[in-house]
Amino acid sequence: MTLSIHTPTLLLSRELPSLKYTSTPDRFDETWEAPLSTLLGLGRAAGADFIEFFLERVNYISCLAEEDTITSISPRLSTGAGVRVFKGQADCYVSTNDLSFSGLKAALEKGLSIMGLQLPAPSSFIPEINLELLRDYATKKGKDAWLGQTSSMREMGDVLLNANALLNKKASHVQSRRATYFRDWQEVLVAASDGTFARDIRLAQSVGYNLLCADGAQRSSIAKRAGDTSSPDFLRSWNYEQAAEEVAESAGRMLYADYVESGTYPIVMANEFGGVIFHEACGHLLETTQIERKTTPFADKKGEKIAHESLTAWDEGLSTKAFGTIDMDDEGMPAQRTLLIEKGVLKNFLADRAGSLRTGHPRTGSGRRQNYTFAAASRMRNTYIAPGDYTNEDLFASIDKGIYCKKMGGGSVGATGQFNFAVEEAYLIEGGKVTKPLKGATLIGEAKEIMNKISMCSQDLALAAGFCGSVSGSIYTTVGQPHIKVDSITVGGR
Amino acid sequence: MTNIENIATHAREIAGQLGINKFDIYGATVDESSVQVDGGEPKQVKASSRSSVTVRVWNEEQTMGVTSTTDVDPKGLELALKTAYEASFFGVKENVPDFSPEATAPLAADIPNEKAPQVPVAQLLETLIGAEKELLSAHPAIKGVPYNGLSQRDTDRFYLNSAGALRNESRSYTSLYLYTKAEEEGKKPRSAGAFRISRSLEQLDLEGCLKEAADKTISHLNYEKVKSGKYTVVFSAEAFLSLLGAFSNIFNAQNILDKQSLSTPESLGAQIASPLLSVCDDALHPANVGAETFDGEGTPTSRVSLIEDGILTGFLHSAGTAKRMGAEPTGHGNMGAKVTVGSHFYHVFPGKPAEKEYSLASADNLIFIDDLHALHAGVKALQGSFSLPFDGWMVSNGKLTSIDSATVAGDFLEVLKSIVFVEKEAELTPGGVCPRIWVEGLSITGE
Repeated sequence: MTLSIHTPTLLLSRELPSLKYTSTPDRFDETWEAPLSTLLGLGRAAGADFIEFFLERVNYISCLAEEDTITSISPRLSTGAGVRVFKGQADCYVSTNDLSFSGLKAALEKGLSIMGLQLPAPSSFIPEINLELLRDYATKKGKDAWLGQTSSMREMGDVLLNANALLNKKASHVQSRRATYFRDWQEVLVAASDGTFARDIRLAQSVGYNLLCADGAQRSSIAKRAGDTSSPDFLRSWNYEQAAEEVAESAGRMLYADYVESGTYPIVMANEFGGVIFHEACGHLLETTQIERKTTPFADKKGEKIAHESLTAWDEGLSTKAFGTIDMDDEGMPAQRTLLIEKGVLKNFLADRAGSLRTGHPRTGSGRRQNYTFAAASRMRNTYIAPGDYTNEDLFASIDKGIYCKKMGGGSVGATGQFNFAVEEAYLIEGGKVTKPLKGATLIGEAKEIMNKISMCSQDLALAAGFCGSVSGSIYTTVGQPHIKVDSITVGGR
Repeated sequence: MTNIENIATHAREIAGQLGINKFDIYGATVDESSVQVDGGEPKQVKASSRSSVTVRVWNEEQTMGVTSTTDVDPKGLELALKTAYEASFFGVKENVPDFSPEATAPLAADIPNEKAPQVPVAQLLETLIGAEKELLSAHPAIKGVPYNGLSQRDTDRFYLNSAGALRNESRSYTSLYLYTKAEEEGKKPRSAGAFRISRSLEQLDLEGCLKEAADKTISHLNYEKVKSGKYTVVFSAEAFLSLLGAFSNIFNAQNILDKQSLSTPESLGAQIASPLLSVCDDALHPANVGAETFDGEGTPTSRVSLIEDGILTGFLHSAGTAKRMGAEPTGHGNMGAKVTVGSHFYHVFPGKPAEKEYSLASADNLIFIDDLHALHAGVKALQGSFSLPFDGWMVSNGKLTSIDSATVAGDFLEVLKSIVFVEKEAELTPGGVCPRIWVEGLSITGE
């Protein structure tokens, strides 16, 4: 057998300025393999332990209908990239609008210098970074044509005007009504020095109503939104008649509601957006981001009981037609289903790459970011409490005097584990029955305590679209749960 | 030729080629670096250099469309102008936005376009690591500073239009935030923080920020529950300004015209607050580090009286709202498909002299609120109501005792009318300058 010795021609640092690449910012495809591989090799030659490039193109448009007029159509086009450089467990992140080879190289150089590293000398060899064959979720799942298939500006306007007109018919004492829609199309490309090379297209759409009703000094304002990431036809299939009926009914009931009397109550929390309780009171505290900051009481509780045995909860990126669904996270890892809590026992944390590196918890495909100006961090996707064995009737029957939180507003959790959320639509529970409407309620409590007070879960799990803000910006998520009972919680009011 | 002049030249050329006769552009470039630390080590270091422009185009039918883009090269500008032109045929036909009549008027203030030199990231890290170390040594209960950040930012912004208006300005600022976490055996974790902003790292009040964060944290270590009920509440500067900002629809002319406000066009001249309160929006206040001399439409900014001795005296306007309401533009417009209106920098100060002056040193049975939380969720801006968790203290015979988790609820218009004292000494916050505000009869939910 004769071996032919092939002397490879290794790339020298001084050759970089003369390299020509065919990649363009207009499309992320295999042509980016060569320049990104070169840049990754350059970074490794400089002494970085790990490097990741995140490239992004965004085509966003929003549309606003107020009363019977389209008052705003706002297109936004954006292109950008971020490079993350790790040395040991420390890292830095540099972002730029310049996606040319020299622009990305300049960003890399800045990142390296922040980490105390320098580009290699002109005579240095640049190691080859072998990227995997492009893992292209966009093409594989037929998403390449999505942008052209979404609703046109005219169609957006027509749907929103029709929807707003219908809302006017359904509601009474209308002071102002708005219908809003946005479509956020995003193409991303991730390349990393461990060989990750993945592309995806995301299409997040959301549509909804804002209704303000007034009758003398009485006022009510109700908002309702739907969101989807699975189909260009989302706006066309929006059931705005049902949405208008729900919004009108809620606003009408709340118009003459009394202010809630503050105190400590047992509560029943509705499904869908009621899931914000788990999202704020527990979900954030199971992100490795919080372990790193030492702001979660659950850091050393894996395998221990942290919640009532009635409670099982998941976070995943796989559900169809859910707002937090992704094919891959923003670090190129395929989406997963993660069991967070099983019958009260903490099973897993949500980890991104850096979180896994620093805490030892395995990555869960949870590295997410708002856009290229942020480094990814461990974030939620579709997060929900699993259905239980009780019926809704069981829940209400178990309460003599309490509050039914039918619609939740947003909430937050602080560094000490204290959470809060607003209740948009509430009712008194008296003798197991839902009675008069109440407004102005805020729920507060401690995360460690509240999870042990969710004692009953019904069977009607339903999800709702939401927006979550944290260290890596605002992202699209889903919250959800069946109807649940919380044995006692502090309700702030008047 | 400067970058802005390049953009103006390219835009005129491309617009001409596309047959677009009327357009304007608002743009900004940001160059920033920021650091966070943890346990004496760098935790997150970021640097960013980005630009964006918003382009408005008017078509032959005199309707307007807009597009924003981060691509400010000729190709990007061409795409933006084309997309804006396409959108213009769906633009409103009534009250169509137009150039501000003040886009070429002299500016009210001549603030030099000076940028402080950006310090190396290593220096930011060294400063922040030192600050963390000092905070951790302030008290044995302070276990960490989980939320911290030191950042420096250079901003260049400009406005130009096809009628020849051209404005630009440059600013620098450095900001620091420090939020501690304190833990003691058998007690709940407590947290407090402080924020400072200045034009450069050299001018930053680092010691003041450290002392405030440490003092507040230590004051919260011993806490008690508060009995639910009605109390006189003293709002810190930051707390009152956050509430004012949450209900700013009261002054916002666009919200008023959209019927998304607690005010109406006829509200001017009404007594909406205690005579003890006066409020201005003053973009050019000397304490406003990020002072902007023109708004997104090129209108010069100025000091605008909003409340004088409790009477509603003014609204914040864009060029369009001013035209519709028969007023002058006030320099509060933000360019977009629908021009929005936003405040710059509140200045809250005493109106009429109070009959009785109050002091925390001698106060009894009241609540001193330092920081309000969850404003994004607990405020019903269109109804005027709020129910918010807060950090604060119970004041008994001048002694402050930290409160263990409570909420404050009320109606903002009632709050304004229930002000019983506006202190003289004001404090600088990111949102403005404001003294402590004393309000009676607010609902507190504790135990």
